[in-house]
Amino acid sequence: MTAAPLLEVEGLEAGYGEALVLHGVSLRVGAGEVVSIIGPNGAGKSTFLKTVYGILPARAGSVRFRDEDVTGIRTDRLTRRGLNFVPQTDNVFPTLTIAENLQIGSLAVPRGDRRAAIERIHDLFPLLHERPRQRAGTLSGGQRKLLALARALVTGPDLLLLDEPSAGLSPQAMDQVFEKLVEVNGLGIVIVMVEQNARRALAISDRGLVLDLGRNAHEGSGQNLLHDPKVVELYLGGASVGGASATTASSSTSTSTPGGMKPPT
Amino acid sequence: MSAGAILEVRGVVRSFGGVRAVDGASFAVAPNSITSLIGPNGAGKSTLFNIISGFLRGEAGVVLLMGREIQHLAPHRIVGAGLVRTFQTARALSRLSVLDNVVLAAAGHPGERLSGVLLRRRAARECERDARERASELLRLVRLDRHAGDLAGTLSGGQRKLLDFARALMAEPRILLLDEPMAGVSPPLRAQLLEHILHQRDELGMTFLLVEHDLDVVMRASDRIVVMSAGAVIAEGTPGEIRGDQRVVDAYLGSRP
Repeated sequence: MTAAPLLEVEGLEAGYGEALVLHGVSLRVGAGEVVSIIGPNGAGKSTFLKTVYGILPARAGSVRFRDEDVTGIRTDRLTRRGLNFVPQTDNVFPTLTIAENLQIGSLAVPRGDRRAAIERIHDLFPLLHERPRQRAGTLSGGQRKLLALARALVTGPDLLLLDEPSAGLSPQAMDQVFEKLVEVNGLGIVIVMVEQNARRALAISDRGLVLDLGRNAHEGSGQNLLHDPKVVELYLGGASVGGASATTASSSTSTSTPGGMKPPT
Repeated sequence: MSAGAILEVRGVVRSFGGVRAVDGASFAVAPNSITSLIGPNGAGKSTLFNIISGFLRGEAGVVLLMGREIQHLAPHRIVGAGLVRTFQTARALSRLSVLDNVVLAAAGHPGERLSGVLLRRRAARECERDARERASELLRLVRLDRHAGDLAGTLSGGQRKLLDFARALMAEPRILLLDEPMAGVSPPLRAQLLEHILHQRDELGMTFLLVEHDLDVVMRASDRIVVMSAGAVIAEGTPGEIRGDQRVVDAYLGSRP
């Protein structure tokens, strides 16, 4: 990496009550990257995102964003500086309309830029443009995930932290979300996501980080991790079960799902 | 049809604000089988689960559990009748230990083992010990044994789902409804849970109805697949039949190059 990384997390420790969940996690993310964080349930993946975004206090370690120390900075200020987070659930206001949800996102940008910020999103998400008055609570799971992503994008982020963007989605909706993430990254927005559909996430990632028991366990390029026998055995599971394993491994077997589930290229 | 069905849904309807979330859905589940309910997000699968388990009332239609109408029963009565469910977003008693959460799932269940038995204190103690042993085994299965003594509230989101799964098995239901059991669960553990579900069917004669989007799991586990779209059942069959059904490909699987 040449210049300072966009995000630099060093020795992060965090937890809940007496329980320490993160025991010194480090991660560097450069411009233009997509990074996936994978690992067993309870490894600390969501806790890591929440601590980077300042929802949870860091007990040790530091978070630097665009070469500034932002450890302990209020989340709304982080959002204004270009770092935003989309939680796994409760990520839209269900009783508000699509348009109102997007307007709330736009509060993070200067008053004069708000309309333009929302209009930019409409090009990316035509569906949200077509139904501005629909209540978010009546959207399907996939549409809701897209609205949450759209609302985060309205804030004009340079880096998005996403907690399981594909959880609970049908195969088609999952395709849509991953395609959208590739498109968003194409705009120059850096993505750091936690995913249990790990093969699928790694397939579109520049790099992957495996967390286990609150520590860095493995790191590498998305492709390297997908083919590392140890990572496959411990974290990705056998070829035929586990999320979108059909992406790469089982597309060659006769038991693969209809049409396969090809990763977006 | 389906004289021997353990669970049968006939013409169930439910609307929310003018939208028919479930629009006359009918299907049957054979005993000692695994049936998967698949379909796009918003197809009405979870609403149907809520109606079957008594958390929602349908506006029309009948739900039969072992031939008996249950659509008017409260959720706990339905559990008593042998049907238990899990939730997409897991629920646990967060101020109790992980182990106690599982043990409690057995205590309230008036299963055949206890029926009609007046427990003496010693028998009760033994019963409690058995329950704790079984609960510990289930926690090993879902890889939560390390957390047995922790408060359930300290578990991660994915771990809470696994706890919910262990609780559901602890209740030893005749039929278990699993709402997206694999969502948010790590891939190696998915394989293990799938194996356990198959084992429960083959060795203990249990019946499962699942809503699941992981197609590998659905295709490997299911004896029957029921496909829903826009509140109605649009196809039903074995995994082989469903794979080749053009309507399913259009509505759900999507035509991928």
